[in-house]
Amino acid sequence: MAFLLGFHRPGYTTMQAFIVKRLLTLLPTLLFTSLIVFASIRLIPGDVIDLMLSQNDISTGQDREIIEAALGLDKPIYAQYFSWIGAVLVGDLGRSLWKNVPVSEQLAATLPITFEMGLLALVVALSVAIPIGIFSAMRQDTGSDYIARSFSLLMLAIPSFWLGTLVMVFPSVWWRWAPPLDYTPFLEDPLKNLRHMLVPAILLGLSLSAVTMRMTRTMMLEVLRQDYVRTARAKGLKENVVVFRHALRNVLIPVVTLVGLQAPLLIGGSVILEQIFVVPGMGSLLLEAVFQRDYPVVTGVFLVVGVAVLFINFLVDLTYGFLDPRVRY
Amino acid sequence: MNEVNMGQNPAVPLLVPRKGALYSFIFRLFKEKPLGAVGGVIFLLFLFCGIFADVLAPYGMNETNMLRRLEAPSLAHPMGTDHLGRDVLSRILIGAKLSMIVGFLAAGMATVVSIVLGIASGYFGKRTDMVIQRFVDAWMTFPDLILLIVVVSMIGPGIPQIVVVLALLYGIAGSRIIRGSVVSIRENLHTHAAQSMGARPLHILCYHILPNIMPVVIVLFTIRVGAVILTEAGLSFLGLGVPPPAPTWGSMLSGSGRTYMYLGPWLALAPGLCLTLVVYAINVFGDALRDLLDPRMKGSR
Repeated sequence: MAFLLGFHRPGYTTMQAFIVKRLLTLLPTLLFTSLIVFASIRLIPGDVIDLMLSQNDISTGQDREIIEAALGLDKPIYAQYFSWIGAVLVGDLGRSLWKNVPVSEQLAATLPITFEMGLLALVVALSVAIPIGIFSAMRQDTGSDYIARSFSLLMLAIPSFWLGTLVMVFPSVWWRWAPPLDYTPFLEDPLKNLRHMLVPAILLGLSLSAVTMRMTRTMMLEVLRQDYVRTARAKGLKENVVVFRHALRNVLIPVVTLVGLQAPLLIGGSVILEQIFVVPGMGSLLLEAVFQRDYPVVTGVFLVVGVAVLFINFLVDLTYGFLDPRVRY
Repeated sequence: MNEVNMGQNPAVPLLVPRKGALYSFIFRLFKEKPLGAVGGVIFLLFLFCGIFADVLAPYGMNETNMLRRLEAPSLAHPMGTDHLGRDVLSRILIGAKLSMIVGFLAAGMATVVSIVLGIASGYFGKRTDMVIQRFVDAWMTFPDLILLIVVVSMIGPGIPQIVVVLALLYGIAGSRIIRGSVVSIRENLHTHAAQSMGARPLHILCYHILPNIMPVVIVLFTIRVGAVILTEAGLSFLGLGVPPPAPTWGSMLSGSGRTYMYLGPWLALAPGLCLTLVVYAINVFGDALRDLLDPRMKGSR
């Protein structure tokens, strides 16, 4: 991204200037993100009020008006947007319709859990994808290269919920062992927590590793053909030094970009795996809210996910400077 | 100036394919990309099963038989029976039909959305481009599944809704790729020539831009079918897809059947295997198509 925007040219020499610039380009995207979330709020069917009324056993016309006013549905649409965005900016995402606690509180309780799982999955994905990708490129068109590539194509096709189902069913049928499903907070008992989170994180990581592996392989092949690599080889460096010290740095830049682009996949995939392995993260919160028609929670999760992904990509852009000294902010 | 003749100038390769071009293309596919060709064949097989599911299925999809519950695979039930005594093979076949319907409809509509947005953005450019691209940026920050869950939770599950939402989802995301190729073709000589001869935008779009983005469109469509099938399965798995009792591959792995998998592990195999196989086949087929049709797209997925 930084390359495309031309920030590597002289003139933007300070990091601060870059961050400000990058934040400014983020603004229109953020505007659209908020508009999409707001539109999703407007999509809430009108009969939801009827549903709430019938389930709360109150059905006078006055209650209807009160609820409409509470949801802000009685004002013109632009006013609704501004009052909504105003509230969001001070962290007010409304209250859950069923639990009567602020949505922000529920998010604060579940976000770290999903974040932990995402981080674990990322570690798994990178530690599988990068070594295999490098290995595959170093042995291009050999048997092991084909196996590695088929594996990555296969991981693209296998649905994570099927792998999750298999992991739940077959070990218990064959060896009477099942992955643990009781959640313990990390701070209470880190080991127990990891034992629970590791299986879904590995599955999520494997499904992410496919694309990263392909990218690592392609980039490595490209970099290994460049002149400076030939120079390094010509001066008698060992192949390992050439690959790991000289080539890898340049391979990692696009790979890091890709990791940023995969953030939506990471969060989306965790919804299904959290469901299978009973992890009380944001995905579980979302699904529960969807089935209870708890719309403030649904849109709250929606917004947080969108903003989180934008933020992750912003952070990814900032890491370029550390990986590639040619990028000057 | 005769505008009709301009449309047939040799700079427009794919508008009217040469006679026999399809056969020679299939021949090339088998010769140069055998794995992709095999993928294509598997994909066609699934398509065939989907189209003729009602004829091929040995039992009704919801035909229960309490005497033959949870039977292991046998000659009468090649994939066994589930907890209600329903034939798994029949349900898999109907599932193939549903997957193909959703896959083709949603991918087709998504492609149309991509073309319209991609051309609007790439050809008309400037401010329109800027606005559309920022919107696409924002759209793509939302994980597919979460966007779907949110929208479906609001408009309710059902095949038409899912098709429309999937089409919008992938259509908007795919417009990037179309835009990219439109931008490059817009700068081609034959486009400039047509412009300088005073051709109207609509003519240029139909005779210069569209035929030249066809390779990209075909590849995009193929790969989208697989993505749509996979996403729909995930949605069905979560109970938000095609509503029961219709048997989709995703829903066969979830819901009440899940508890019985410990008694009949074969229940967990067939739907997942079919999903993996068909998506794998579409992916390798799509990759092969891309390499043959449009070498520039290589590695861009």
